[in-house]
Amino acid sequence: MSEHLPILQVVVPLMAAPLCIFLRKPRAAGALAVLASWSALAIALLLLREVLSTGVVSYAIGDWPPPIGIEYRIDIVNAWVLVIVATIGAVVAPYAITSVEREVDPHRIPLFFTAYLLCLCGLLGITITGDVFNVFVFLEISSLSAYALISLGRQRRALTAAFRYLIMGSVGATFIVIGIGLLYVMTGTLNMADLAALLPEVWDSRTVKVAYGFLGVGICLKLALFPLHLWLPNAYAFAPSPVTAFMASTATKVAVYMLLRFFLSIFGGHFSFDVMGLDLVLLPLALVAIVSMSLVAIFQVDVKRLLAYSSVAQIGYMILGLSFASVTGLTATLLHLFNHALMKGALFMALGCVVYRIGSVQIGAMAGLGKRMPFTMAAFVVGGLSLVGVPLTVGFVSKWYLILGALEKGGLWMGVAGIVLLTSVMALVYVWRVVEVAYLRDFVGDDRVREAPWSLLVPTWALVLANLYFGIDAVRTSEVARGAAEVLMMGIGSS
Amino acid sequence: MSLDFFVSHYNYWVVIFLMMVGFYILISRGNLIKKIVGLNVFQTSVFMLYISMGKITGGTPPILLDDPHGGGEAVEHVVYSNPLPHVLILTAIVVGIATTSVGLALAVRIKEAYGTLEEDEINRIEAQTEAAE
Repeated sequence: MSEHLPILQVVVPLMAAPLCIFLRKPRAAGALAVLASWSALAIALLLLREVLSTGVVSYAIGDWPPPIGIEYRIDIVNAWVLVIVATIGAVVAPYAITSVEREVDPHRIPLFFTAYLLCLCGLLGITITGDVFNVFVFLEISSLSAYALISLGRQRRALTAAFRYLIMGSVGATFIVIGIGLLYVMTGTLNMADLAALLPEVWDSRTVKVAYGFLGVGICLKLALFPLHLWLPNAYAFAPSPVTAFMASTATKVAVYMLLRFFLSIFGGHFSFDVMGLDLVLLPLALVAIVSMSLVAIFQVDVKRLLAYSSVAQIGYMILGLSFASVTGLTATLLHLFNHALMKGALFMALGCVVYRIGSVQIGAMAGLGKRMPFTMAAFVVGGLSLVGVPLTVGFVSKWYLILGALEKGGLWMGVAGIVLLTSVMALVYVWRVVEVAYLRDFVGDDRVREAPWSLLVPTWALVLANLYFGIDAVRTSEVARGAAEVLMMGIGSS
Repeated sequence: MSLDFFVSHYNYWVVIFLMMVGFYILISRGNLIKKIVGLNVFQTSVFMLYISMGKITGGTPPILLDDPHGGGEAVEHVVYSNPLPHVLILTAIVVGIATTSVGLALAVRIKEAYGTLEEDEINRIEAQTEAAE
């Protein structure tokens, strides 16, 4: 049984997804989704434990030995990302049962959970697989279900947001396929470890460099790196709340993982940084993303959209860590993958509670909510502080490592550390705008507005407490992240 | 660049031409259906890239020629085309169909909600809604 954990990780949500349609009843479909996502989390935790104690786990699908067959290969890096994705999937699923009652047509709710589980399956699949073409297939499973999930939003603008995401996402995925195809021509293999071993012989060929470019642009479209982020703000703003919470915490994280896996494990740090100058390309884009998107976020009136722009800025932090080309920088990236999932998950879920009660997240409509919905807004405040990077929250830990990485490099990089501090202040401004309205203004809406139901508050607060817990005791998480960063810097062959 | 080079790589020229045509339609056309058609052309060009890569001059289809139970000639010296790209592209075609159908389904819903499929009109309606908020 336990030897089949890697395949079960993907198959459990995949099999549960169509069953949701047959159950027909919204609650029953939701219960099944909770069951499936919790089992996925249990499997992910077992896999992480196994990887930490015994090293790399390799699983040959259908007993076809790699590199001929498809291999699922789990090292500390993807075991870590699997836990992130599965955790968010498991927390959002029970939250979604109540939340979608107000945001999705009743007859579509079973379909919602089907798409939710398919998206979870796709994201877990991208993370766990050791075969590059398999990455593409899972990428499309997760993307297609994501388009469907986004289009379920109440406003008609959700449809155009989903359509725009579909066009840009498909172009990105097609670019990735072109890159994979060119790598296959040069090496004759699709297995990641095999590719990493064979690529150094053909590094000099233009085909490999073109493949590198296609993969880079395709993946950066998926992870919404500035200036390829245009699909993201509307998609997050108009999707149903649980979808926003889930996507913001997982989809872009998995894309960052893809970037790390392709560019550091397969092509290798030497090729990426010394030959292709990846750090020189990513550093300015990351800095512009952080500064400009934080600035744009300050002027938003829709709070969901505000946080969506903030997400693009936060992705900038992750890419910034990668552009340091050092173990400390990568540790910051990998920590921020986890930490940002926790904070944005908590924030978007708190907003979902607001939507459940007042049906709007326009900043004006949230006036005085601090007294009416104390637990919801307290969750928002803690999440917001974490976003700013206040000590005792996870946000502080990520920024600590980012600044540490910048100081390690010295020289002009001190300026980068300065920008990180400056943009934290900008985050304080946009979080404060919401907090000010919610706590310092009088409530103007309906008298019947009261605290959100506990079925929404419990999952939200689970993430809020995780923000505090991993902010105070960051030893475990930073150990795993540093271990993963070291594995990535060494390249896949030596791991 | 000699003519010889041009002719011997003609499959790549076809692929690049199709890719650019598809990409251009995708970017320049405001009609959502035309955008999906452009996306299709774009994806198809990649299918052709893969399939033409697997072709070997003089290669046969990758089918076992002799009877595996009887005697017959050994198969080793039969040159056959690489079947793997074909198999990969079968998957990619399925993915492409799924993308197209989701895109068209969204287009139907957009037409119902907005009464138009032209991007500039949709943008105008959205700007009005935003101003009304």
